[in-house]
Amino acid sequence: MSRKIYTILSLVLIGAFALAACAAPATSAPTQAPAPTTAPAAAPTTAPAATNTAAPKPVTINWWHISTADPGLSFWAGLAKQYMAAHPNVTINITVLENEAFKTKLTTVLQSGNPPDIFQSWGGGDMNSQVTAGLLKDITPDLDANGGAWRNTFGAGALSVYAYQGKNYGVPWDMGMVGFWYNKDLFTKAGIANPPTTWTDFLADVKTLKAAGITPISVGEGDKWPGMHIWMYLATRIGGEAAFDAAYTQKGSFTDPPFIQAFQKLQDLIALQPFQDGFLGATHDDMEGAFGNGKAAMELTGQWGPSVESADSADKKGVANLGFFNFPAVEGGVGKVTDVCGGGNGFAIGKNAPPEAIDFVKFLTSATNEAQMAKLGMGIPPVVGAESGLTDPNMLAVKQNVANATYFQLYYDQYLPPAMGSSLNDSVQTIFAGTATPQQAAQAIEDSAKQNLTK
Amino acid sequence: MNMTQARRGDLKTNKQTYSPRRVQDYLTIAFFLAPAFILFLVFLVYPIFRSVYFSLFNWNGLGPAVDFIGLDNFKQILTDTIFMRAVGDCLLIVVLSLCLQLPLALALAIMVGRDLPGRAFFRTIFFMPYVLSEVITAIIWLGLLNPDPSRGFINALLILIPGIQAQTFLSNIHEVMACVFIVLTWKYFGLHLLLYLAGLQNIPKEVEEAALIDGANKWQLTHHITIPLLGSTIRTTIYLSVLGSLTQFPLVWIMTKGGPVNASEVMATYMYRFAFVRFQLGYGSAVALVMLLICLAFSVGFLRLAGQPDYLGGI
Repeated sequence: MSRKIYTILSLVLIGAFALAACAAPATSAPTQAPAPTTAPAAAPTTAPAATNTAAPKPVTINWWHISTADPGLSFWAGLAKQYMAAHPNVTINITVLENEAFKTKLTTVLQSGNPPDIFQSWGGGDMNSQVTAGLLKDITPDLDANGGAWRNTFGAGALSVYAYQGKNYGVPWDMGMVGFWYNKDLFTKAGIANPPTTWTDFLADVKTLKAAGITPISVGEGDKWPGMHIWMYLATRIGGEAAFDAAYTQKGSFTDPPFIQAFQKLQDLIALQPFQDGFLGATHDDMEGAFGNGKAAMELTGQWGPSVESADSADKKGVANLGFFNFPAVEGGVGKVTDVCGGGNGFAIGKNAPPEAIDFVKFLTSATNEAQMAKLGMGIPPVVGAESGLTDPNMLAVKQNVANATYFQLYYDQYLPPAMGSSLNDSVQTIFAGTATPQQAAQAIEDSAKQNLTK
Repeated sequence: MNMTQARRGDLKTNKQTYSPRRVQDYLTIAFFLAPAFILFLVFLVYPIFRSVYFSLFNWNGLGPAVDFIGLDNFKQILTDTIFMRAVGDCLLIVVLSLCLQLPLALALAIMVGRDLPGRAFFRTIFFMPYVLSEVITAIIWLGLLNPDPSRGFINALLILIPGIQAQTFLSNIHEVMACVFIVLTWKYFGLHLLLYLAGLQNIPKEVEEAALIDGANKWQLTHHITIPLLGSTIRTTIYLSVLGSLTQFPLVWIMTKGGPVNASEVMATYMYRFAFVRFQLGYGSAVALVMLLICLAFSVGFLRLAGQPDYLGGI
C-alpha cells in the first residue's frame, strides 16, 4: 500500500518537474535579465496620449545600452520616460551594461536567436556577421519613407557605417574620431606651449614630459584596443588609405612596409617608457581614470573621452583644462593629417523589433535630442541640425575634423571580422609587451587575414 | 540442498527470477533517479555530444553550422604555441598546488586540528575564502593588486618599505602567474584544510598515544603516523586539486583575461577567448574536447594508480 503511494508520489514529482522545464518560454528569459533600469518599468502617466496612430495594444521594447554613468545614464532614461509618457501603450525596458560585459552578454543572447529590439552597435564586421545570421531588421524602407525623410537627417558617411551590402540595419547617434586629449595644465607645467604636429615633435614632447616627472601617456593595454589605436593611426599616417585597402582586399598584405614601419615607430615610442605603471593590464576605465585624475598628460581616445574621463575620475570633474589635438603627421608618410580613424555609437535594430521601436529610435535621433546629447558632451551628433548643441570647442574641433576627413576609417577591430579583430588586438599587445618583433606581429595579423578575409 | 534443487528450475530457463517485489524496488529507484538523470543527460551528456559535433566545423555561433572542416581544428590546436603555453601554465598551477597548497593546508590542519584553543574560530576564518564566489574573489584581488599605490592596498604597504617600488603585479608578465597562483591558493586551501581536518578526526587517538609512549617526537609522529593514516584523504585532495587546476577559469579570466600577452593563459581562458570573443565556436568546442580528454586521461590514470578516492573523509 505504502509502496503504491511512493510510486504515485514520484510520478507526480517527475510530471511536475517535466512540465516546469517545458513551460518556461526560452524567449524572454535571457533578455529580461535584471539590470539597474532607471526607467520606470510600468507604463506611467494618466495624461492622454499625444498622437498615437496605432491601436493602443501594449508593446514592450527592449533596449540595451552601455552608458553606465551619467550623463548618459540619466539622459537615455529621461528620453525613454518622455516617449512612454507620449505613448502610454509602450513600455521600454532598458538594460544597462558595461562595455565588456555588454559584448559578452549580447553574444549569448544573439545565439539564442532572440536579439534585443534596440541595442548598442559599433557597425563594421561585427554587425555584418549579425546581418548574415539574420538577427537584424532591415530598416532601409523606414529610412527611405517619405522621400528619404529620416535618411536625409544623417550624414551619409556616418549612416554608411551601419549599412551592409546596400541595406541599412541601424542608425548612428554619435560619430566621431580618435585623437589625443591632453591636460593643458600638465603641458604648461612641463613647458610645452603648443601640442605637437609631427611625430618627431611628439616624441620630443614625450621626453620633455618625462623629464618634468609627468607620465606622458595613459593607455589601457589590458583591454588591448586602446593601444591598438596608436598603431592604427601610425599605419594610417604612413600608408594612407591605399595601404589598408590593399591589405583588406588581400591584394596587398598586412606585412607590407607601412604596417611594419608602424610597428617600428610604435616600438620607438614604447622604448621611451611613456606609459603609466601597470599599463599592460590596465582597462579602458583605468586609463580614463588615470587621465581624469591628472596622473597622465595625454590619452589617445575617442570623442567619448571627456565624458568618460570625468566620470572615472575621483572627483567626478576630471581634467580642468582639456585640449584636443589630431594624431601627428608622420614624416615621410603618404597618409594625410586629415585622414581620420574613428567610429561612433549607433542603435542596431533587432529582427523582432516592433514598429514602435523604430519610431522610438527616430525620436532618439531627432535633431533636438541629438543637440541635447551633444550639449552633455556624450558624443558628436551625426544628425543635421544638431550642431547647435556642440558648445565645447574641443568637440567642435572633433566634428570639424570628422566632417572634413579625406579618409574615414572605422577602428580596425570593429571594421574587420570579429575573429580577425581580436587577433589583431592581441598582436599589437605583443609589441607593447616586447614579446614579438614587428615582423612577427605583422605576420600574425596577415595569417589571421588569410583565414578570415579570403572567403 | 533444497535450495539448490529449487534453483535448478531457474537455471533451466536461464533467466533470473524477478519477484514482483524486486521489480517494484527497481522501478521505485528508477523513478526517483529519473529527474536527476534526465537533467544529467540534457545538461551534461547532450551538450558534450553537440560540442563534439561542432568541433568538426568552422562556425561563428550565429545560424547553423555548415562549414565542415573535419579535424582541422584539432590540428591547429596541437600546433598552436599559445595552446601549448596554456597547457604549460595549467601544469604549472597543478605542480605548484601539489607542492605548496596541499602541504600548507596539511600543516595548518595539523596545527589547528587537535588541541589549539579557539580552533573553531581558526577553522572558520581559514574556510571563509572558499565560500566567496570566484568572481567576487577576483574583483577583490584586482583592487588589492592595483599597480597604483594610491589605489592598490598591497602596493600602498609595499612602498612603506624603504627601497621597494610599487609592483605592477597583474600587468607584469613575470609576476602575473605568481599572483594568480597566490589568489588561487588563498581561495581554495580552505577546502583542503577542511578535508584534512575531517581526516584527522578519524585517526584513532590510541595510535597516537601509543606512538608518544614509545618515544616518538612530534615530527616522527606526523611523518610516520598521521600522514600515512591520512592517505586516502590526501588522495582525495590531490584528485580535486589537479582537476580544479586543469579547469580553472573565472579567477584567471576576470583578473587577467589570460594575462598580458598570454602570460597567464590557461586552457579554459584560451577556449573562452576563441569561442566567445573571436566567435570561433567550432574551434572553441575542439579546445573544450581536448581539455576533456586531458582531464579524463588524468582521472582514469589516477584512479588506476591510487585507487578510489574516498569522498567520505578518509576512514
